[in-house]
Amino acid sequence: MQQVKRAEAAVLEATLNARRDSFLLEVECSFASEWTVVFGPSGSGKSTLLRLLAGLDRRRGPLRARVTFDGRILTDTAQNLWTAPGRRATALVAQQPALFPHLSVRANVAFGLGGLDRAGRTRRVNEMLELVGATELAERRPQHLSGGQAQRIALARALAPGPRLLLLDEPFSALDGAASDALIGRLQAWLREHKVQTVLVTHEAADAFALEAEVVLIREGRVAAQGPVREVLAREQARLLGRLRIP
Amino acid sequence: MDWQALWLTLRLATATTAILLAVAVPLAAVLVLGRARWLAVVEALATLPLVLPPTVLGFFLLVLLGPRTAIGRGLTSLLGHPLAFSFSGLVVGSAIYSLPFAVQPLVAGFAAVPTALVDAARLLGAGPLRLVHTVLVPVARRSLVTAVVLSFLHTVGEFGVVLMIGGDIPGSTRTLSIVLYNQVENFDYGAAYRTAALLLSFSVIALAALYATGQARGGRRA
Repeated sequence: MQQVKRAEAAVLEATLNARRDSFLLEVECSFASEWTVVFGPSGSGKSTLLRLLAGLDRRRGPLRARVTFDGRILTDTAQNLWTAPGRRATALVAQQPALFPHLSVRANVAFGLGGLDRAGRTRRVNEMLELVGATELAERRPQHLSGGQAQRIALARALAPGPRLLLLDEPFSALDGAASDALIGRLQAWLREHKVQTVLVTHEAADAFALEAEVVLIREGRVAAQGPVREVLAREQARLLGRLRIP
Repeated sequence: MDWQALWLTLRLATATTAILLAVAVPLAAVLVLGRARWLAVVEALATLPLVLPPTVLGFFLLVLLGPRTAIGRGLTSLLGHPLAFSFSGLVVGSAIYSLPFAVQPLVAGFAAVPTALVDAARLLGAGPLRLVHTVLVPVARRSLVTAVVLSFLHTVGEFGVVLMIGGDIPGSTRTLSIVLYNQVENFDYGAAYRTAALLLSFSVIALAALYATGQARGGRRA
């Protein structure tokens, strides 16, 4: 894995205050790395954070939010400003792939490529399928894909329009370790080449260490710590090594 | 068999169903995707014909489309003839009367489309129109078929509204239901049996086809 390069990354800043039933999310953080991992236990508000960064859930519950990326205001509820999800140059890949069931894999990946001509679309779809190692799946329907295959296609579909910010919500959970590592390796290189900044949400400490990423530790809807993975997740590192019985 | 009435009934049901589809798909999408409070009033109004006696609806339409109101007078000068007691008037009345039979299945179908699919389409840049025609309608296509079948059958079988705003004009407003009523009134039970059997067979065949399609696709037991 290559080290994170802070200098080239744009800055994503978020101040979010949202209530979801009895849960309160109060987050103020800045993401300035190529890869940032948002780490926390289930139910800590990680997915809500990602959805709000993506511009979803505008009307769910009371909300105060301000999100800027690379100097551009994406959300500012104080100014009643809310850029639509499809106009943020932001992609979100969730744990559940949510592929359109009535479309083939190829049509799913091409869904966000309305601005390209037919030849351009075909080239782009082929490039994306190659990136995620799913070229042979192009003509299949989502119903005939395994969980891991569907997650790969969801990733290809999200990247196809050329986002500048990629939000990943545990998107590799259905892939086995080796397949996940290989895909992340290719993905990291591609994202760096195309200057796409990534925020990955996970409750698996191993993911954060594998990516050598900047980590935002989130607990009960609040940022508990932020910094290099070995500092923020030192206790998690010890726990993992203990499980592996490595001194 | 009154073939003229049969042909008129089929024309009326086809025209009504086409108009209802054009109205009900966007209306159901707005009701499902929109959050404004006033949409509850719109949904109530769209559902009203379901519980309103057909004669009451027919009476209001008769008054509304007649020469007593500005709307009625405007439509008469626009079309060159009054809408009441004409085929066009029947289409308008039928579309309003059958509106809930088109809107309700579509609302249920669109609401059942997983939020994750709607979010995915929005994230990929789909605006409301594209969201409806490339995601909601194809994913909820069974609801669309249900809406078509129910709208068509409900129009074929309607009586009260037709009688109130159309009367009984052969070739213009006399539908099969009116023919059946006339046959019974004249004690012509043989003809009435045949007309009733035809109306019954319409409904049974269409509904059986609808449910058979659902079963073949795995339907409710999937």
